[in-house]
Amino acid sequence: MPQTLLQVEDLHTQFFTSRGVVRAVDGVTFHVDAGETLGVVGESGCGKTMTALSILRLVPDPGKITSGRILFRGREVTKMTDEEIRDFRGNDVAMIFQDPMTSLNPVTKIGRQIEEAMTAHERFTETLARGRVIELLKRVRVPAAESRVNDYPHQFSGGMRQRAMIAMGLSNEPSLLIADEPTTALDVTVQAQIIQLMKQLNRELGTAMMLITHNMALVASLCQRVVVMYAGRIVEEGPVEQIFNSPQHPYTWSLLRSVPRVDEARKDRLVSIRGLPPDLSNPPPGCKFHPRCPFVIDKCKTDPEPSLSEVGVNQVARCWVLMRNVTEEGVEAAKASALSKDAAAKLKAPVMEVEGNAGG
Amino acid sequence: MTAITSTRAGSLAIFIVRRILWMIPILFFVILITFTLMHLAPGSPWDKAGGRQLSDTVVNNLNIRYGLNKPVPQQFLLYITSVIHFDFGLSYQYQGKTVSNLLLESWPYTATIGVLAFLLIIPVGVGLGVLAALRQNTRIDYITMGFATVAASFPNFVIGALMVVAFSVLSYKATGGNFFLPAAGFGADDHLIMPVITLALLPIAYTARLTRASTLETIRQDFVRTAWAKGLPERLVVIRHILKNSLIPVVTTLGPTFAFLVTGSVIVETVFSIPGIGRAFVVAIESRDYPMILGTTVLFSLVIAVANLVVDVAYVFIDPRVRLT
Ligand SMILES: Nc1ncnc2c1ncn2[C@@H]1O[C@H](COP(=O)(O)OP(=O)(O)O)[C@@H](O)[C@H]1O
Ligand SMILES: [Mg+2]
Repeated sequence: MPQTLLQVEDLHTQFFTSRGVVRAVDGVTFHVDAGETLGVVGESGCGKTMTALSILRLVPDPGKITSGRILFRGREVTKMTDEEIRDFRGNDVAMIFQDPMTSLNPVTKIGRQIEEAMTAHERFTETLARGRVIELLKRVRVPAAESRVNDYPHQFSGGMRQRAMIAMGLSNEPSLLIADEPTTALDVTVQAQIIQLMKQLNRELGTAMMLITHNMALVASLCQRVVVMYAGRIVEEGPVEQIFNSPQHPYTWSLLRSVPRVDEARKDRLVSIRGLPPDLSNPPPGCKFHPRCPFVIDKCKTDPEPSLSEVGVNQVARCWVLMRNVTEEGVEAAKASALSKDAAAKLKAPVMEVEGNAGG
Repeated sequence: MTAITSTRAGSLAIFIVRRILWMIPILFFVILITFTLMHLAPGSPWDKAGGRQLSDTVVNNLNIRYGLNKPVPQQFLLYITSVIHFDFGLSYQYQGKTVSNLLLESWPYTATIGVLAFLLIIPVGVGLGVLAALRQNTRIDYITMGFATVAASFPNFVIGALMVVAFSVLSYKATGGNFFLPAAGFGADDHLIMPVITLALLPIAYTARLTRASTLETIRQDFVRTAWAKGLPERLVVIRHILKNSLIPVVTTLGPTFAFLVTGSVIVETVFSIPGIGRAFVVAIESRDYPMILGTTVLFSLVIAVANLVVDVAYVFIDPRVRLT
């Protein structure tokens, strides 16, 4: 039995705005085992970043964790004192952010910023930390690390900055590294390099990782398990191969169809999910995905959202329908309708909404 | 040349020299414009307030003596020539005194008050702004910004007059003469207190507001979140990450603020009867004391140019992104 490192239980994080309460994270439960890599996927605005920031208690104003438990090695993060949470951050759990261009202090040398991450905790003395900076930069393959420690962030390219961020994240040898869309802001070629690096580091160091992304290729190559989030909720969770080969929630199915996959030659055209995720201050009743779901039935609109139920070995999903109950024709129809919409959008011609089992 | 420019210190030296050389054409144009405006303005240096005017013969003689009978372009060239020799001429209103003397007499008063006010602005203005930002939407923030708004909306002479009433008149009466601040003059240290505060109040208010806005903006930046996520203690997040960035725009304004303070305030100097350069300048304008007007203008221009140069050089040290051009 692998040791559970992080256990998040029924986490609610809400923003109290003038427009009302935004339920950014709405009852999320998941865990990360020691050494494993968990993927967290979902479209923008689904609460991935806020889930991660909640773990470090860094939710920005006017947001707050309103309920739930966050257990790290059995310690309750939400109940830590200021000093405890300070020492927890960067030491037990480190985080790498989406945009390396803005995530480094522009007026402080790179080496100093990495060194500071270490001296903030007791693990390394100042002299030791200083020596370790170059070693860390080498480890994340920054060329000429000896001289580049004295560079400022503007002298680094985007990819190099993200390497520096990763070095900073790893500097205290945390048990868990949260990487929030670490490649989204980078060029495609640089993305591949960073993915390669993270893969190597994961193998070398055995640090557990929570990888937030909407890059399915990244999930496929790095993660063992995946959590799929939609509208502040987990809609499906399971081992990577199962999620990729037999997704049960229509949202997971749509997500997989909406992104390119590197591990298989695509016969189908790439399509995007129609519509947008809901406004989290005013989500739709029933299943929150139902207005966009190609397989929607009446029950989805009227009944309260179903709970996560076992749909395979270690795989759970939150759906009344489930993909395994959708017929071959139903799937083809959904593809066709998505395709025709996609084509229509390209022609900029108005089309009638065709719901459910159209075509066939 | 390349050997020098290849180092940062070398390029900084070149930058400074170039900026100092630039001051020469700038001063030339400042003098040209002032000279032109001065001569375009109605009135002559020999006009007397009230009825009796000087006779034409006397005016003629005076014009000849001070070279005002020559064509204006020639006067301009003569003036420029003497400025090159650091000679700013004789004052018209104070017979026999050189402009340089007059400036050296009056400027120290103004500069003392100005420098002291400046030294007050940095800790008080910046301090209040930072405090308000770090405690946004708390009572500290509201009180600080309320004070800044009030201070910024009262004219200097009202603040000066109120202070005189409170700390000189009422305080004298209430303590039977044991505690009060002198209302006028210059000499003992306590003469300085009220003028310095009066002069500093408005820049303190502006600096506090700018600092607060800039700090609030910085607090929300991604790199500050990174600093928190490292587990840095609050003190270091504030000093090393927030302030190091949020004070950069504040430093930019300190140059002009310094220039503003040490060039004197007529109102403050008048309210507190200080024989400073601000008043001397206004008197010179009123009496068309051309050499005095020009001399003061040159001095003020130099002060502004140097203050801005100091800020630009300081910038190089506080912001590594700044490139010397
Ligand atoms: N500062 C904020 N004020 C109000 N709502 C916010 C704020 N930040 C985030 N949210 C809400 O939280 C939701 C989740 O955001 P986020 O976790 O950043 O999404 P993701 O990382 O999945 O793209 C957003 O849809 C938004 O409605
Ligand atoms: Mg995000």
